[in-house]
Amino acid sequence: MNIKEYEKGSFLKPLTSVKYLFKKPHTLRYPKETKPVADRFRGLHINDVDKCIGCGNCRDICPCAAITMEKASKIGRPIEIDKKGANPVRPKIDYGRCSFCALCVEMCPTGSLKMSKDLIYTSPDAEAFAWVPLEEQGREPGFIQDNEITPLMLEAEEMEELEPEVRKRSFEEMILGFSEEQARKEAMRCLGCGICMQGCPAHMKIPEYIQAIFDGDNKKSVKYMLEDNVLPGICGRICTHRCQDDCVYQYRGAPIHIMWLKRYATDQLEDYKNVNIEKMPETGKKVAIIGGGPSGLSAAYHLSTMGHSVTIFEQKNRAGGALAAGIPLYRLPIYELDKEIGNIESMGVEIKTNVKVGEDVKFKDLLKEFDAVYIGIGLSYGRSINLKGEEHPDVVQAIDFLRQVKVEGRRDITKHVIVIGGGNVAMDVARTVARLQEINYQSKDTTVETVSLEDWDIMPASQEEIDGALEEGVIFNPAWGPNQVIFNEDGSIKGLEVKKVKYVFDENHRFNPAFYEDQKKIIYGDYIIESVGQMYNFSFIPKELMDKLKFTPRRKVWVDEYGETSIPGVFAGGDIVETSKGDAISAIANGHRAAIGIDRFLHGKSRRG
Amino acid sequence: MSKSYELFIGPNHPGIPGNFSLKIELEGDTVISAKGDPGYLHRAFEKAMEGRYYIQNLALIPRICVPEPDINEAAYSMAVEDLMGVEIPERAKYIRTIVLELARAANYTFWMGGFAGTLGLYTLAQWSFGDRDYALDLFAEICGARVYHMYIWPGGVRRDLPPGWEDKLLGYVKYMKDRLIDYDNIFFKNVMFKYRTKGIAVVTKEQAIEWGATGPILKAAGVAQDVRKDDPYAAYEYLDFEIPTLTDGDSWSRAMIRRWELENSLNIIEQAIKKMPKKGPVWEKMPNPLKWYVPEGETYAKVESARGEHGFYMVSDGTGKPYRVAVRGASHTHMFTIAEKVLIGQRLADVSHILVSLDVCPPEIDR
Repeated sequence: MNIKEYEKGSFLKPLTSVKYLFKKPHTLRYPKETKPVADRFRGLHINDVDKCIGCGNCRDICPCAAITMEKASKIGRPIEIDKKGANPVRPKIDYGRCSFCALCVEMCPTGSLKMSKDLIYTSPDAEAFAWVPLEEQGREPGFIQDNEITPLMLEAEEMEELEPEVRKRSFEEMILGFSEEQARKEAMRCLGCGICMQGCPAHMKIPEYIQAIFDGDNKKSVKYMLEDNVLPGICGRICTHRCQDDCVYQYRGAPIHIMWLKRYATDQLEDYKNVNIEKMPETGKKVAIIGGGPSGLSAAYHLSTMGHSVTIFEQKNRAGGALAAGIPLYRLPIYELDKEIGNIESMGVEIKTNVKVGEDVKFKDLLKEFDAVYIGIGLSYGRSINLKGEEHPDVVQAIDFLRQVKVEGRRDITKHVIVIGGGNVAMDVARTVARLQEINYQSKDTTVETVSLEDWDIMPASQEEIDGALEEGVIFNPAWGPNQVIFNEDGSIKGLEVKKVKYVFDENHRFNPAFYEDQKKIIYGDYIIESVGQMYNFSFIPKELMDKLKFTPRRKVWVDEYGETSIPGVFAGGDIVETSKGDAISAIANGHRAAIGIDRFLHGKSRRG
Repeated sequence: MSKSYELFIGPNHPGIPGNFSLKIELEGDTVISAKGDPGYLHRAFEKAMEGRYYIQNLALIPRICVPEPDINEAAYSMAVEDLMGVEIPERAKYIRTIVLELARAANYTFWMGGFAGTLGLYTLAQWSFGDRDYALDLFAEICGARVYHMYIWPGGVRRDLPPGWEDKLLGYVKYMKDRLIDYDNIFFKNVMFKYRTKGIAVVTKEQAIEWGATGPILKAAGVAQDVRKDDPYAAYEYLDFEIPTLTDGDSWSRAMIRRWELENSLNIIEQAIKKMPKKGPVWEKMPNPLKWYVPEGETYAKVESARGEHGFYMVSDGTGKPYRVAVRGASHTHMFTIAEKVLIGQRLADVSHILVSLDVCPPEIDR
């Protein structure tokens, strides 16, 4: 730039601007002419309220506190509110406060919230500037999410596990657990919205304990866990993690490994001495608990914190129920059971093992000696499917097989095994068999096959169990139903005849399988393990009381909202009641609920007692 | 009877650059003392930042400077990145440079209008406000907003450039270069401009250094100092550009420096587009905003704004929210240590254009 030229100054040069008199103006004649709006324009919001889950992350990130969550009933149109993992609320935006920064859009885990190209809205009514954005307001999308550049941490931390070839060789725990760095990083992902808490049957304080892990305070974390779940370390290994199914990250990325974070925090503590719930003064009341499974242990722990003296009657040689006898060692090692059951004992709970109620002690005596009785016997007997030929000694029940392997140290197996069932227990059985075959035969010339009525898409086992089983060489026969056992001439088992399944659930969505009678095949094998469900055994209850015990239409024990059965002072929980989902965590939740009910009962607050 | 009288200029006055008031004492039409009266725009930005997550402050900081919000975003992001020890991707550095220079160009265009307005030439104001809008349109395309962009954020930038944006930007650069000829003819080469501003409100080299002047005031006094050169950030170290200087330190020189810098910015944009990697990440992944714990420490990050050195001093106590953020706006110095002194002895008619020539931006004072 030649500064001299400017220093001179000119009278005439400014007059050159006269030329603009003859040029077209560059302004637009609004509203006749409008300007094209940028594609990424950050205007008024659009929200797909059917996709939205009401998690409230938009509200939490809003720098202007412009977002409140409006009740579904006030939105002005019906929305699907009882969706799984959703709150019946939707964001309402106050445009008197909004700064159009679009952080809410960036943070929306479902991708339902967008910004539009529309910015023009007028009203003489100040109240009219706050509304619930809807899609049908007809705005054209502008600024939207980008999965590449997003403040959300969509990717989960990888969990290290033993390779299939290595883990098959022993019953060593296959999931190796998070390192501190991994755990902090995974915990960092949590948005703290708490949608997961609804999925958890025990409604654990998940955001709080994840925050504590992130803060590096594992003690605080476990303290939060113990408030609702007395077996956090066990659940950190074997839980059905319904929380993760609800995690908001599932829509755009991978859910947070909530279960493994729980395991990480508990693994860091040698014992729970300093983190247990504080005990209330002794009340002098006595409670008997029949069955030392997760629900009984949960009830016992909470009752003891409430100051009652608790005795557990366990028929097996160790407490833990299905956890101790059913779940294979590679998923749940014994030391973890000892640690957590030991903790419950340290609270003053007496566990009497090898005591069978009905034989060693009478149920009626318990009712007399104790102020309240809790039944948490679970479904500890295998259910037969009345298969033709199942009386053969080489056709066994899954629950017996798993106990033999885990508790009694059984290590023998035949070379060709058929597992009937498609649930998580069937997977446990199949994978246990795979390990035994590797140990005995190095998997040479061996097979383990599962047969399930359900096809891949409706198989009840969790995907990770199915994947794990596939990796370990388990062969699946989905959508085949067992017909009869086929025998060799010498009386040994030759195989299982199966027929093709037409459908499993009828038009009323009821379990009512139908088969193509003409499509049959034989699965060859010399050992059959039935894993199609379990049942309870109430033979210890005398007949006159049994008559009083009310059952639900699905043959579960009827209980009220405090876990009390139709017999006053007798409470029940775990798999024998309707609210159970057949997993440890719902049993734990049931036990906790019943503990509160028993406490109320003992303080004379029961409705009927 | 006293010969002097007091006069308020602002907060509502066409000759004041924003919500700000100047209390001047006059004798006849000669200023004998001037006192800045801030507070009309005070929104406690610094305090508000302490109560918000690091990412939430992004919505707040652009509002510290309306005509050039990006400097705040850049300095804030640089402070956070420094505390976290994060290096941003190469392409993001170039994009930041382009955005900052585009903002600078838009800001000077805007300023020209304001300056010419205070001298009574409204034609230039209409031209330049219109031309600035083309820059705002370009901003809207990359980030979705015309004025408060929130485009630069810790780790890089918020989105990659949309396809074809570089060409549009080059079109804008070419258009502005052509327009500069007209701007020169109507204003910078206009003899009236010279007569009104030559020798007015002189800040000498010594005074400028002593009073802590930065930016165009310092350059107009003959000191070639610029954060972009002295302490390069973004991609400035890879780019070739000169720091313009003049020697007189008067209102005319300051205006000419800005005119020069505008041309400079357009050249830097062209250069940066040429050198920018065509592909690659534009953002280094940052933690979940709700658990974004910045390591304990303190830092000062500075950028060159259109008015001078603009910086963020940030202290983190290791939590998710800043412990303290202090904003160093060049206007604060320019108002209270410079304007209050140089206005003495000037005529009332010149007060407005002196304030604009010192480019006093009230939100930078009230923060």
